[in-house]
Order: sequence, then structure tokens, then C-alpha cells
Amino acid sequence: MGDRRWLHPGAWWVWALGLATAASRTTNPLLLLLIITAAAVVVSARRPDAPWARSFGFFVRLGLIVIVVRVAVQVLFGAAIGTTVLLELPGIGLPTWLAGVRLGGDLTLESLLMALYDGLRLATILICVGAANSLASPTRLLKSVPAALYELGVSVVVTLTFTPQLVADVERLGTARRLRGRKTSGPRAIAGAAIPVLEGALERSVMLAAAMDSRGYGRRGAVSPAARRTASTLLLGGLVAACIGTYGLVSADAPVLLGLPMLVLGIGVAVAGVWLAGRTSVRTSYRPDPWRAPEWLVSGAGVAAAGTFALAGWLAMPGLATSVDPPAWPQLPLLALAGVLIAMTPALTASPLPLSAVPPPRAPRSPRPTVEVTA
Amino acid sequence: MITFDDVTITYPGASTPTLTHVDLVIPEGELVLVVGRTGSGKTTLLRAINGLVPHFTGGTLAGRVIVDGRDTASHPPRELADLVGVVPQDPMSGFVTDTVEDELAYGMECLGIAPDVMRRRVEETLDLLGLADIRQRPLRSLSGGQRQRVAIGAVLAAHPRVLVLDEPTSALDPGAAEEVLAALQRLVHDLGVTVVMAEHRLERVVQYADMVVVVPGGDQRVRSGTPAEIMRSAPIAPPVVELGRLAGWQPLPLSVRDARRAAGPLRDLLVGRTPHLRAVPLKARGLASTDDLVVRYGNHVALNHVSIDIAKGEIVALMGRNGAGKSTLLNAMVGVGPRGTGRVRVDGADPVALSGAALLRSVGLVPQEPGDLLESTTVADECRASDRDADCAAGTTRALLALMAPDIEDGTHPRDLSEGQRLLLVLCVILAARPPLLLLDEPTRGLDYPTKARLARVLTDLAEAGHAVMLATHDVELVAEVADRVVILAEGEVVADGPTTEVVTSSPMFAPQVAKILSPESWLTVDQVAGAMTADELDGVAG
Repeated sequence: MGDRRWLHPGAWWVWALGLATAASRTTNPLLLLLIITAAAVVVSARRPDAPWARSFGFFVRLGLIVIVVRVAVQVLFGAAIGTTVLLELPGIGLPTWLAGVRLGGDLTLESLLMALYDGLRLATILICVGAANSLASPTRLLKSVPAALYELGVSVVVTLTFTPQLVADVERLGTARRLRGRKTSGPRAIAGAAIPVLEGALERSVMLAAAMDSRGYGRRGAVSPAARRTASTLLLGGLVAACIGTYGLVSADAPVLLGLPMLVLGIGVAVAGVWLAGRTSVRTSYRPDPWRAPEWLVSGAGVAAAGTFALAGWLAMPGLATSVDPPAWPQLPLLALAGVLIAMTPALTASPLPLSAVPPPRAPRSPRPTVEVTA
Repeated sequence: MITFDDVTITYPGASTPTLTHVDLVIPEGELVLVVGRTGSGKTTLLRAINGLVPHFTGGTLAGRVIVDGRDTASHPPRELADLVGVVPQDPMSGFVTDTVEDELAYGMECLGIAPDVMRRRVEETLDLLGLADIRQRPLRSLSGGQRQRVAIGAVLAAHPRVLVLDEPTSALDPGAAEEVLAALQRLVHDLGVTVVMAEHRLERVVQYADMVVVVPGGDQRVRSGTPAEIMRSAPIAPPVVELGRLAGWQPLPLSVRDARRAAGPLRDLLVGRTPHLRAVPLKARGLASTDDLVVRYGNHVALNHVSIDIAKGEIVALMGRNGAGKSTLLNAMVGVGPRGTGRVRVDGADPVALSGAALLRSVGLVPQEPGDLLESTTVADECRASDRDADCAAGTTRALLALMAPDIEDGTHPRDLSEGQRLLLVLCVILAARPPLLLLDEPTRGLDYPTKARLARVLTDLAEAGHAVMLATHDVELVAEVADRVVILAEGEVVADGPTTEVVTSSPMFAPQVAKILSPESWLTVDQVAGAMTADELDGVAG
């Protein structure tokens, strides 16, 4: 719906974080798989053609690794729960002063399921973050960052331009080794190529920094050094206070005063610092991304998903957690299901991409190189 | 507009200054060309204009550089950004954003220009540089010429009064170079922008310059003057000037148009004579060939049914636009990169199936960045490693190097060599295994005239010794000098394949200057003309 334009990257992040929050509230594998499906549907509908947009597949693979590692840890070190033994394995009980830690031992269905659900939940959260990464352009996000945090954001952009270049460099040097008749894989090849690759990357960062400087990046208005120092002190102090506040909120032993009040105070001081620092910057923004109906719908979908899961949890609806001891088939709570369906709507409601950013249709795979050798 | 007042620049750790006692005044609205050998300090001079030297690079600057009343000592580059725009040598290295439009706006955002003014200026810049069709395109997807124009537009949108460019056309094909130069011309004429530009390809730019600054390097003084003054005595000059000197034309022509006006008597004299061409021992059997080769990158067809055949002792030039498939073809001939359908044969074998010393003994490629091939810390080590790789007698590479570049010392780090020296070192490394086929990708990018002349001699000698050479290049003058045959690629297809004289004289884009001056007669280089005439005849054509 609407005209073709880039959706505000903030809307994508709100949507993805909402979805991740929903995922963190459940261990129901059906719901988790549905959340992953929702993320995948939206990504495939609205992903632009850009190098950073290809990160979704990477996050899916990372999710699989997380599940495998979680299950492996359970098998090796986890405390056995339940009685349904799937596989009898030798185990070593460690001395009492390492109570609870066990190496190996019988593998039960219950502990395996628990590890699997837990791993799946973590993987789903990661995949939600991956969805935001491949939908929201990092450089556009940077434009919406307050001027005071701009320096921080720029380092992210430099990194982002740096990585694809690094990959290209590694490829080029692999070719160079072949041209010299050397091996293109193995430890010696990596050692030989490492220094030129890093040198090239470093050189490019310096060139980019020089280019940014000569185009006026980091210009300041007429502001006294004292005002600038006040602003950064406020920002830093506020962030430290916010960290202490968060710790106080989470930790059970901390005094009450260290909790919520400290957090609110810290955030307040940091915002004041950002505002003060923003006044010293002379930057303006070209075509800032607007926040209109599609942005409300997309971010609303994410919030709604998180809301339905939280509500279902508060109402103690059955099915949000799946019992592993005794093992039971997961149920599908209707309220949560509705939340997941709402989370899928951005595939339709988000503004379509500008034509130039729409990925081309998948190319047919090129045939494998045929090698003929004549004597 | 720009004043250098007794400027001496010394980099940290250097024992001698890079530039000594430079006194220079550049008036407003001039197009200034900075020339000099590689490593003579041209880039340092350019970067001193906006204070990148010494604010960014370190080192000391004695004397004063003043741009429109602002001293670079007290103004770092960011405080000069509204006044001086700098376009780096590799435009891609200076891009901060993803798309053309955002890149144009970036500089203005930094300067804090109001959003409505920014919108208007982006539109103006898109029109001025002919970028309106590609405004939404990602920067990575642009061709070399488009990137260069975007880089110019990106600094221009902030309305600087001085534009500094470091070799803006060196990586571009002749067509794209003309596009960029036309855009610069328009800026100087219509907007009164002062342009300072370093460039090795004098034949492309000298005719547009109002002033030439010579940076001789070493401890010699920087000189400046009108192009005609400087060209009369310059040791390096484009072919049009050399032909003018040979024929004794007064005033010395700087453009093909001026030279044609004076060339009437010379053309008449040359009618009926033919240039002396190198005898190519054309053998029937092809040394290397591609047969119906197709290479794809995803959806993009890089090479479309390419069939070519190379004979022993032949020098083939591969020409065409940026992105026409030249590098892909060279890579396919050493078995690098994706391989589609079709056959490649080098010396009877498919290069994909070869590796190690066997590959080196059948084909060698000098890539666009020759430095990639060098991994050792000294020249001597590199030569020893090369002997080992190629499985040949110890000292082979070093002996070759002594022959080709006697001035390179054993203990030097390959990174400290000049661009040209590094190219020759890599060439020796590749030649150590004596491959019958030698491939070179853009060998003259960033090379000055003397180094280019040396490379041309080396290539001719190799061909005489029976090696086949194929080089991909945009340098029409080099092609005129060394190539026996020219293959032109367009969109991955061979559109022309024939003897150099025939192919280049039939195309205005690829014709060297001498051919343009003396057309319809088929002469390509000054040496050919000089070789065909006696001293008395030459005296007769001066006019």
C-alpha cells in the first residue's frame, strides 16, 4: 500500500524487537516456528537488494548452530530430568563441592526436549534480530540517530563498508596466489595473505576517514569547549547511572533505591546530555524518513505480537509453555496465534521498496565448470 | 585564490622534504594541471590545498598555504570543506553512503545546509553532471565513469570554490574520460570554479588547461606557466606536442584541432609512404585460444561466445569500455573466476586443470594491482621465492630484474618501490618461468611517460623473443606503439578484431592522436613518422 519508498528503519526495529519479545515469552516449539515463519515471510516480501540485506540467511544458520550447541551442552553437562531414557551413556559424577555438575550420563527424552525448546527460543530471538538487520538500512538508521550519538553511528558505518571489502580482498589475494603458482588454501596461504589483507583494509579506512574529514564531517558550531565537556559528562554519567539502575532492578539483593529510581534518573541525565550535545552540532538531514501510516502499522504489528504473548502469559493460558516432564504435545493458544498472524501483516502493510532497490528475480544457477584435459 | 608561500613539506621519518620552497599563485577560475613523475610529490601538493597535509598525514609544513584568505595552518580540512572539494584518486574509497542521491547530500548535511536548499542543489548537481537517470542507484552498481562523476558531484553540491582532483581519468576508458573532462570544463566556464588536477595522461587534458604546474621531484623547484610555455621544453609531452616539435610547428599545437591546421604539408609529404611495422612471424597454429567462451556472473553475461586465437610472437591489445569483460577474459585464460561453457586452450592445455609451476610455465598474468602478488619483505627475498615457485635455477628472477630495471636494489621493501618499479618486479616474477603467453591487465594505470616507454620496450623485446602478449588497456597511445592486433570487446562480445592500424583508425574513440592529425593517412606514432622521413624533408614541413 502507499507509494514506493523506504520504510523508516526504526519501524522495522520496533517490529523485530516486538517479535523477539514475544519469542522470549514462550517455549512452545510450534509458536516459535510460527514466529520464524512470520519473520521469513516479511523478509522475503520487503527485503531490498543490498549487501547488508543478505544477512538473514546468516542469522538462520547462526540459529541452527545455537540449537546444536545448546543440545550438545545438555548431553555433556546437563543435569538429567525425567525418566524416559533414550540412550544409556557412561557418566562421571563430580565431587560434591561441584554439586550439580555431571559429565555424560544417561540421555533422557525430557532433558533433550528441554534443551531443544530452549535452544529454539534463543535461535528465534536471533532470527528476529537478523530480520531487522536485513530489512532496515544501517545508513538510514544512522540518519535518525540524534546528532550527539552521530560519532558512534559513524564507526558502525565504517565497519559496514569495511567487511564486504575485506571479503573481496581475500578473494583477490587468493587469485594472486594462484598466479604465482602457490597453494590457495591451507594455513600457509592464510598466513601469507593475512598481512596484505589487513594492510589494505587499514589503508582503506584511513582513506575513508580522510574523505569524510575533507567533506566537513565533525564540523562544530561556535560552542565553548566547556559546554562540550558538560554535554559529554552528562551523557557518560547518565549512561553509567542507567546501567547501575538496570542491575538494581534485576538483582534481588540490591536496595530498592538502586533500582527503578536510579534507572529513571540515569536515562534522564543521558537524554539531557544528548540534547545539549545535539545543539553544538551543525548537521542537517537530507530527506529524513517520514513516520506515517505504514510505519505505525509495522511497528504496531510488532508491539501487538509482544502484547498478546504477554497477555497470554499474564492470563496463564495453557500452551505458552510446553511441558517436557512428562513430555506432551504442544498446544496452540489462540491468542498467541493471533499475535503471530498480526506480526505477519507488515509483508502487506509496509510501503513497497523503490523499484531500484527491488532484488532481481533469482538467477538460474550457472552450470558447474567443466574441465577437460587434453593430453 | 590559492597561494603557496615558500612551502616546504617533510613527512615524519623522511630525511628529505617531499616538496621544497614552493611558491605558487593560482588565480580564481583557472583550470590548473599538475604534472610530474610518479612519486614526485603531486599528491602531496594537492592534499596541502585543503590541509589534509599535514593535518591528516602528519609531518611538518613550513611556509604558508592560503586558500581564499584562510590559512590551512589554523583551519583543519573540515573547516575548509565549504571552500575546497577534494576528489580522491579512487572515488569508491571516499564514498560514505549507499546511493547516488545520499552521497550528493552527505557533504551538505555535514555543513549544516538547510533541507530545502539541499533538495534544490541535489537536483542542480544531478543535471549538471548528467546523473539524473541513476539518482536512486546503489553506488556499487555504477561504472567507473559514473562513479567518478558522482564523486565530483558529491563535493560540488556543497558549492566549493576550489575543486581538487587526483588523476580523475586514469582508470577510465576514453569515452568515460571525455565525459568527466567535459563536466569539468563546464564548471570552469559556467560557474567559475577553480580546478586543480593531477594527471599523467597529458594527451587527454593538456588542451583544456589554463596553467601547468610541473612538480619535478627531488630538490628541484616547482615551476608553473602556460601550457604552451611548459610543453615547449618539457621532457614529457603528449604525442601531439612531440609531433609538433618534430615538424617544427610554431606556435606549438596542444590540441588535435590546432595540429591538423598546421599538418597540411606533412600530410601531403606522407602520401604514398607506409609506416615501418614490426614483422610479426604469424604462424598458422594458435598458441592460445578461446572457443565460444561464455562466462556469467549471476544474471550478468560477462563474456558472450568469445572466440579468439593468439599466435606466438604477437602482441594483442584488448580494448573496450569499463566493464566490457576484458578482465574476465584475461582471468579465464589463467583459469581464475567463474567458468561457463566453451573451451580455453593455452599451449594445448586447459589452464583450469593446471596449477603450481606447470601453470606458471604455460601462462602468466600481471593483474590490475600488481602489488597483490608480492608477499616478501625485500626484493631479494621476492626473487628467491619466485625461483622456488617456478622451479627454475636460483638467480633467474634476479638476473631478469637486473636486465629490465637495473635501478632496483636488493634490500628495498616491495611496498617502497614506485608504481612502475613494482610493475616491472612483478613482470620479472611472472617471466621467471618463461610462460609462452603473457597477459597484462591495465599495466599503465598511474604510470608516467618514461616508465610507460620502458614497459613498451620490454613488451616488444618479449614478442621478438617469441612470447605472445595480450594486454587489456584504455591507453590508446600505448596500443598504437606496441600492439600488432587489437580486439575490441563490448558487453562481452568481440566487436572488432584486426591489425592495429585498421581497427584504431576506423574508430574516433580508439584512435591515437597522431592518427587523428594525419588521417586519412594511417600513421599511429611519432616514431613511425620520424622513421619515414629525412632531416631535410622535416625542415620543409615547418610552418
